[in-house]
Amino acid sequence: MRYFPLTDSEREEIKNFLGIKDTKELFSDIPKDKSYFSMNDIPSALTEDQLLIKFRELAKKNKYSNYLSFLGAGSYNHFIPEVVNYLISKGELSTPYTPYQAEVSQGSLQGMFEYQTMITMLTGMDVSNSSLYDGGTAAAEGVLLALRKSKKNRILIASNLHPEYIEIIHTYIQNLNFEAKFIEFDKETGKIDLNQLKEKTYENCGGFIFQSPNFLGVIEETKTISDITHSKEIFSIQVTAEAMSLAFLTPAAENGVDIIVGEAQSFGIPIGFGGPYLGFIGAKKEFLRQMPGRIVGQTVDTKGRKGYVLTLSTREQHIKREKATSNICSNQALCALRAAIYLSTMGQKGLKEISKTNHLNTAYFVKEASKLSNINIKYKKDFYNEVVLEIKNNKVEDFIAKLEEKNIIAGVPLKYFYSDFENSILINFTEIHKKKDIDKLINAIGETE
Amino acid sequence: MNKLQKPIFEKSRKGKIGYSFSPTEFSDDLITIDKKKLREDIKDFPQLSEVEVVRHYTNLAQLNHSVDSGFYPLGSCTMKYNPKINEKIANFEEFSTHPYSPHKFVEGNLEIITTFEEWLKKITAMAAFTLTPSAGAHGEITGMMIIKKYLSSKGDPRKTILIPDSAHGTNPSSAHFAGYEIIEIPSNKDGIIDVETLKEYLNEDVAALMMTNPNTLGIFEKNICKISEILHKNGSLLYMDGANMNAFMGIARPGDLGVDVLHLNLHKTFSTPHGGGGPGSGPVGVASYLIKYLPTPIVYKKDNNYFVKYHEEKSIGRVKNFYGNFLVIVKALTYLMSIGKEYIRKVAEDAVLNANYIRKSLEPFLELPYKSKTLHEVVFSDNNLNVTTLDIAKSLLDYGIHPFTIYFPLIVHGAMMIEPTETESKETIDEFIDVMKKILEKAKNDPEYIKGAPYTTPVSRLDEVLAARKHILKWENLGE
Amino acid sequence: MNLDDFKFTKEHEWVKVEGDIGIIGISDFAQKEFGDIVYVELPLVGKKVKKGDACANIESVKAVDDIYTPISGEIIEVNEELENNPENINKDPNGKGWIIKIKIEDNKEIENLMNNNQYNDFLNGIS
Repeated sequence: MRYFPLTDSEREEIKNFLGIKDTKELFSDIPKDKSYFSMNDIPSALTEDQLLIKFRELAKKNKYSNYLSFLGAGSYNHFIPEVVNYLISKGELSTPYTPYQAEVSQGSLQGMFEYQTMITMLTGMDVSNSSLYDGGTAAAEGVLLALRKSKKNRILIASNLHPEYIEIIHTYIQNLNFEAKFIEFDKETGKIDLNQLKEKTYENCGGFIFQSPNFLGVIEETKTISDITHSKEIFSIQVTAEAMSLAFLTPAAENGVDIIVGEAQSFGIPIGFGGPYLGFIGAKKEFLRQMPGRIVGQTVDTKGRKGYVLTLSTREQHIKREKATSNICSNQALCALRAAIYLSTMGQKGLKEISKTNHLNTAYFVKEASKLSNINIKYKKDFYNEVVLEIKNNKVEDFIAKLEEKNIIAGVPLKYFYSDFENSILINFTEIHKKKDIDKLINAIGETE
Repeated sequence: MNKLQKPIFEKSRKGKIGYSFSPTEFSDDLITIDKKKLREDIKDFPQLSEVEVVRHYTNLAQLNHSVDSGFYPLGSCTMKYNPKINEKIANFEEFSTHPYSPHKFVEGNLEIITTFEEWLKKITAMAAFTLTPSAGAHGEITGMMIIKKYLSSKGDPRKTILIPDSAHGTNPSSAHFAGYEIIEIPSNKDGIIDVETLKEYLNEDVAALMMTNPNTLGIFEKNICKISEILHKNGSLLYMDGANMNAFMGIARPGDLGVDVLHLNLHKTFSTPHGGGGPGSGPVGVASYLIKYLPTPIVYKKDNNYFVKYHEEKSIGRVKNFYGNFLVIVKALTYLMSIGKEYIRKVAEDAVLNANYIRKSLEPFLELPYKSKTLHEVVFSDNNLNVTTLDIAKSLLDYGIHPFTIYFPLIVHGAMMIEPTETESKETIDEFIDVMKKILEKAKNDPEYIKGAPYTTPVSRLDEVLAARKHILKWENLGE
Repeated sequence: MNLDDFKFTKEHEWVKVEGDIGIIGISDFAQKEFGDIVYVELPLVGKKVKKGDACANIESVKAVDDIYTPISGEIIEVNEELENNPENINKDPNGKGWIIKIKIEDNKEIENLMNNNQYNDFLNGIS
């Protein structure tokens, strides 16, 4: 078999050297009655051509790519330049381990250092780490970071934060004697109810976590939110699930945000049925020693040449064990490198252009679809690249089915997440969609009468 | 070549373009957002042509040592060869679907998830799996939460997790973030958990023992069945960290050995590339009585249709967005299908043969603190040498060999933890043994030379103290 | 350096008494064992501590250690200079590398500590 370089005669040679007759002798510490189980119900090995046939069959069972899709909600289909796929598939980048031996890992380390830099440029924050698992776990880490730093045990959560992110935060805090309280959003504007944020006071609260653009696609009043949280001496934690918006909207730091976390899948990472993605975190420098995960720093070698190393390791589990700032070890390094390559390729101009195109495509849809009588666009002010569509004359299932007949997957039904959005879907536009695609959607919606 | 590269920001020149995409079809008049909410230019953001981007990252790649370029015997990391067909298949465009797609359009993906779970169940004898955790440590915390939830719903919340002193740092950290206190138990002189010692540590507060098996010394915990029995008698569970599953995959199944909760590392045993630190994947398997506590979502098949359960009353909840690191799972399934029943056992057999070959070959030259039988890896000490483990590690770099894991486990002075895996040829291993002998010989005659290594790498030893004192964590424009 | 005024603990902290103030640091032996110190986490001034409490934290590149106060009392000053120059502990552990000053509550706690000669004997015993 091609993955096993040892020949039978070499195996014999090694066995003779070890003074054993049978390889089984090496495993004699394993209880005899429990070892060498029957393999009968395990399928036989497939050759490379058989594997391709097998997986092409599986691939054919996915009908998704036959459809024009407008699904977003935390996973965004953006264009990926071919150089990104080409470069990231290099074995020298994809097959090393974590760069523990810096002398032979300068490629990975410099790539991570440049990724950290790009995250700080996009968010305006002082520091970034070298990646977290995904947007949801990054949100949980952001909450834990704020509570660790503030030494408090309560967190305020905006109820229009991505519902999966809320679930993950819950999972992470449920065993730690931390408590979550919610700030509702205004059903008319889709934005956080600022009065409620002002009025509600909770003792021992360490931070307020909110999303912008939020789960309903609406850009929040981030600056005002930060001002309110600071007046209450709690940290403001922004979540951004659509990283493409970072190139279009005012950076978090300028709005007074203390910690920004989110999902950077939009930067060159395929939608991949939900993973692997890329969790990012940026923070003001006062949080540095409490940050989770790996951080790369610049230094010099014995000859004074610039080089990069993993640094501030005393925060991490391999040194601090149960006192570490997070249990994360393996992260999403290659996805971070993918993002760095994507961002370098798009560059200043490309990224800003594409980011704006996302918004313009959505704005065009909003303008044109507003003329339709069978739907209502709920939040027409301050959207980025997602909007909520309220369906008037159809049940949501029927509406979706009618569009599917025209090879369109319209959007994510919001009733899965909110009880009072019975007949609404969340719909996303990126640069992938052309005017003719959007027109096709508008026509199809018009014909659902 | 191996040329150091200027930061990409210093290669940037105003006006250069690296992308090509059709321009927007609409005018800026459509923008209704208040100007105050829109950003200015991204200060100092890169501007390069396509070829310059390609050269930058190609040159960076050449500064790395990788499994594709050479031997990488990093202990407990299972740096085996990453088959290229796995990558091709995971890159099939049809697999890259949206996670919120209606299920009827992604049946191939849902079948991949349930098929992979079936394979894992057969290999491990666990009753069910979740594939959502992103990495080993993420699997650990998921497993710990399952235990916590199970015990609390039984009305028997317990406070502590026992962890052997040889454990990886993620174990205590993961248990801590699941709300547990950690009690460390010492290994015995054979390097394993002692049944009598364990009994002394057991009381009604112990929720579980977290055992890495084989442990970080490469030794199989031969009393595992007995340990499971006495834990269960005490109302405690047995968690197995399966980071080292490569040592006995196909030889024995954790479920048969009395394990209640298990995590696996797809980026170790199941051949998916480690990516310079990730993405990994850390599936968690449980015994049947724990199934209802698994995290959501849960994919299942009924009458040839696929369904996804998003909420389950007793579940610990969601630990990760969507379905986990799905494309990593595709690679791992490709791997399992390519080795099949004919070769699954061969993985452990060859890995253990190679490791024992190294052990016996180097034993005359290095102190072996624990003499017990070892499986897939061996741990030597730098006791009685006039150079340190770090010096030897750095010398290996000059021979194009990635060093073993160093200074871990903590219970061995100057630990050198060597794991060759099954995907290395005898020639490679012989060369490694020869190089080690050469380095040790040189250390006797000229220790200063070894202490100055490496000499041939793109950079020499880096000043970690400076990095830790003076934080430069991003590139800054200092003007030109 | 004359260390006659210094008292030591088995955990390698030292105390030097000036009036009713105890100055606390770590011994030369301890800084050498620890290696290059890269960060010192200092307590807040005004905090009351009991003998044996962890009152500061020092870090090298690959290790972290708590510093335990050998005496009880209120912390009246911390060596802020260490925030920027943690290496002062390596360079001058008994002088510029001092860590905190405590207003002494109980002189007996100091009497029970080792003097320099006793501490050296103790070090010879452990090495």
